Amino acid sequence: MLNKLFSFNGGVTPAYEKTRSAEGPILPVPLPAELVIPLHQHVGGPPRPVVQAGDRVTKGQRIGKADGNASATVHASTSGLVSAVEMRRMPHSSGLSALSVIIKPDGLDAWGTAKPLDLHTASPTEIRDHLMQMGVVGLGGAVFPTHLKIVPGQPKALETLVINGAECEPFITCDDLLMRQRADTVIAGVALMCQIMKPDRTLIGIEDNKPEAIRAMQQAIEAQHDKRLEVVSVPTRYPAGGAKQLIRVLTGIEVPHGERSTDYGVQCFNVGTAVAVHDAIKLGRPLVSRIVTVSGNVRRGGNYDVLIGTPMRDVVALSEAHADTNRYIMGGPMMGVVMPGMEVPVVKATNCILVGSPKMFPPPPPEMPCIRCGECAIACPADLQPFELYWFSRAKIFGKAQEYHLFDCIECGCCAYVCPSHIPLVDYYRFAKSEIWAREHEKEAADHARERYEFRQYREEREKEEKAARLAAKTAAGREKATAALAVAEQPDGSNNTAEKDAKKALIAAALARAKQQQEQAAAINTAAALSAEQQAEIAAIEARRAEIREVAKPHLPPDN
Amino acid sequence: MLAAVLVMALGAIVLGAALGFASVKFRVEGDPLVEKIDAILPQTQCGQCNYPGCKPYAEAIAKGEAEINQCPPGGEEGIRKLADLLGREFKPLSSEHGVEKPKSVAFIDEQTCIGCTLCIQACPVDAIVGAAKQMHTIIADQCTGCELCLPPCPVDCITMEPIAETVENWKWKYPVFPIRSTH
Repeated sequence: MLNKLFSFNGGVTPAYEKTRSAEGPILPVPLPAELVIPLHQHVGGPPRPVVQAGDRVTKGQRIGKADGNASATVHASTSGLVSAVEMRRMPHSSGLSALSVIIKPDGLDAWGTAKPLDLHTASPTEIRDHLMQMGVVGLGGAVFPTHLKIVPGQPKALETLVINGAECEPFITCDDLLMRQRADTVIAGVALMCQIMKPDRTLIGIEDNKPEAIRAMQQAIEAQHDKRLEVVSVPTRYPAGGAKQLIRVLTGIEVPHGERSTDYGVQCFNVGTAVAVHDAIKLGRPLVSRIVTVSGNVRRGGNYDVLIGTPMRDVVALSEAHADTNRYIMGGPMMGVVMPGMEVPVVKATNCILVGSPKMFPPPPPEMPCIRCGECAIACPADLQPFELYWFSRAKIFGKAQEYHLFDCIECGCCAYVCPSHIPLVDYYRFAKSEIWAREHEKEAADHARERYEFRQYREEREKEEKAARLAAKTAAGREKATAALAVAEQPDGSNNTAEKDAKKALIAAALARAKQQQEQAAAINTAAALSAEQQAEIAAIEARRAEIREVAKPHLPPDN
Repeated sequence: MLAAVLVMALGAIVLGAALGFASVKFRVEGDPLVEKIDAILPQTQCGQCNYPGCKPYAEAIAKGEAEINQCPPGGEEGIRKLADLLGREFKPLSSEHGVEKPKSVAFIDEQTCIGCTLCIQACPVDAIVGAAKQMHTIIADQCTGCELCLPPCPVDCITMEPIAETVENWKWKYPVFPIRSTH
C-alpha cells in the first residue's frame, strides 16, 4: 500500500553517530553487587514501598504500590534480600535523593509466579489494572503510565495507532537493535495493542537510516500474516521521533495547541513499550529491565539488556570507558541531562547512557547576545518562536512566555543547535517552565488556604450565633418561669400584700444564704485541709506517676528542657 | 431654536435612561479591586500586616489605609505585583512587619505535646488535628506557615521546619555562565 507521507516544519540533521553502538547483539549485564530501585520512576504520583529491610523478594515481586490511578507499580528486578529502603541519589539533574529500595541479589535471578492475562475474558478495567500492576510505562523517554493511554473497549474510537520506532536522536540505537533482533516480540506486542484498542490502521514509523530494522519488522509482519500492521519508512530528520512530529509525518494531522492526539483519533506508543505490553500480558512479567545504549567516549559502544536499578557505572564498565571520562549523560546529546554522579541507577526512562569527556563534548562557547536572526524559528519543529520565548524567559516575564505557548515546547534542542550566538535556549525554557509550575502550585495552595480560612470564619460566626440563640432561649425560659411564679404568688389573694412581701423576702434571704454557703465550699475545695487521707494518697500516686513519665520522656526532649 | 432644545433634551433623556438601566443591570457586587488584591496576597493569614487576615488587609489597601509593603510572606515579588496593579510606587518590605523567610511548615513534637488545644484555636486554616488531652498533629499540606500556633503553645513543642527541596519540587535554575577570559 502506498502511503502519502507528510512533513513537519523545522528540524535539523545533526551528525548521527549511530554506528558507534549499532553493531553486535544486545548483551546481558552481570548482576551487580546491589540494585538501587527508585520508587518514583514515572510521570504521576510516587508509589509507596510495600517491602522493608530484611525481606526476601523474588524477581518481579511488587516492591512499590501505585498511589492512585495516575501512577505505576514498581517491582524487584531480581531475586534477593532487601537490604534497605532509603534515600539514594537519583538519575535527575537536581542530584537530589529519593526513596529507593536497595536489593542485594542472591544470584539465582528467580522469577516469582507469572500472572498472564487472557485478553478474551478480561474486561477493559481488568486490562488497564493489569498494565498498572505490571508497571508498564512509556519507554520512549516520557515514562507516562501506559494504562492511562490504552483505552480498551471502544471500537471505532481510534483511527490510527502509531508505533514509534523513529529513534531520531543521535547516538541512541536501543530501539533500532530491539526491532532488528526482537522484531517478533515487538510485532506480537503491537498486535496485542491492536486487539485491545481496535484501531482502523496501525502504522509503524521507522526513520530510513535504519534499513535493517525496517526489513526485520516487515519480515516479522509477513511471518505472522498480520494485515493490520504496516511499516512506514520516514525521512531521517531530527526530531521525527517526537510524538507530535511522527503523527504529523504519518497522518498529516497537526494536533492543535493544548489538545491531545486522541481527540483526533491517533495514539502513539514506543516500540519498547509494545514489548513491555507483550511481556506483561502474554508472559505475565512486569517491567523489570530495558535495553540501554552505551555510547560516546567508550572503547566499544553497544546495547545492553539492563535490570532496572543497576548502577550506570556497572553498565558502562562493559563498554570500557576511556580514562578521560568525566560525566554521564542520560539520553542523547540533544535532549539528554547530565547525571549528578556515576553510581546513579538505570531507571525506566534510561534509553541511553552517553559517556562524555571534555574532548568529546567540550564546554559550550560563551553565550553571546541574540542577534535576532530567526534561525531558531526556522528550526523549531513545534512551530514556536523560540527567540520570543527566550526573551520572556530571560526577563522572567512568564505570563508572556505562556502566551507564546511555552508549554508546547518539547525541549528538542533544535533552536539551541542552530543558534549562532550559542545561547542555551532550552535551559531558559526549562527554567521558565519550572518557575511557572511552582507558581501555579503556590496559587493553588493559596486558593485552598483562602477557602479554609473563609470557612473557619463562617464556622466561628455560626457558632457565636448558635451560642447567642441558646443563651437567649435559656433567658427567655427563665423569665417565663419567674413571671409564672410571680403570677402564682400574686393570684391567690390580691389583698394579702404584706404576707406576700414577707414570703418574697424570705425567698431572697434563703437564696443569699445558699450563695454564701456555696462560696465557702468553693473556697474550701482543693486545699489540703479539706481533703480526706484517701484523696491525698491518690494525689501523691498521681504525682509519682507524672515524675516517672517525665523521666522516661527526658531523652526525647530537646536538651534545654 | 425650540426644536434644537427639544432634540437635546430628548437626547439627554434617552442617554440618561440608558445609563440608569446599565447601572442597575450591570451592577457589580462587592469590590472587584479587593478581590484582585486578595488574589495576589499569599493567603498565609498570618496577621503580620497588623490586619486579622489577608482579606482585611486587601480591603485596607483598597481603601488606601495600608501600605503595600506590609506582607512579609508575599515578599518583594508580591509587593511588585501590588505596585503594578495599583499603579503605586514599589517600596521595600517594611521591616516593622517582619522579614521574608523561606517557606516552612509547623511541626509538633508529639512527645512533648500535652494536648491543650490552644494551637488548634489559633490556627487560621484549621490545619491542626487533635482533641483535649490527645496528641495534636499538623496537616503539613494545609499548613500555610503563618507561625500563629507558636506563641500560644505552653510547652513550646511547635517548631517551624523549612520545606525541603525534593526531586518533585526541584526547579531548574536560571542559566548562569561564568565569565571567561577570551584569550
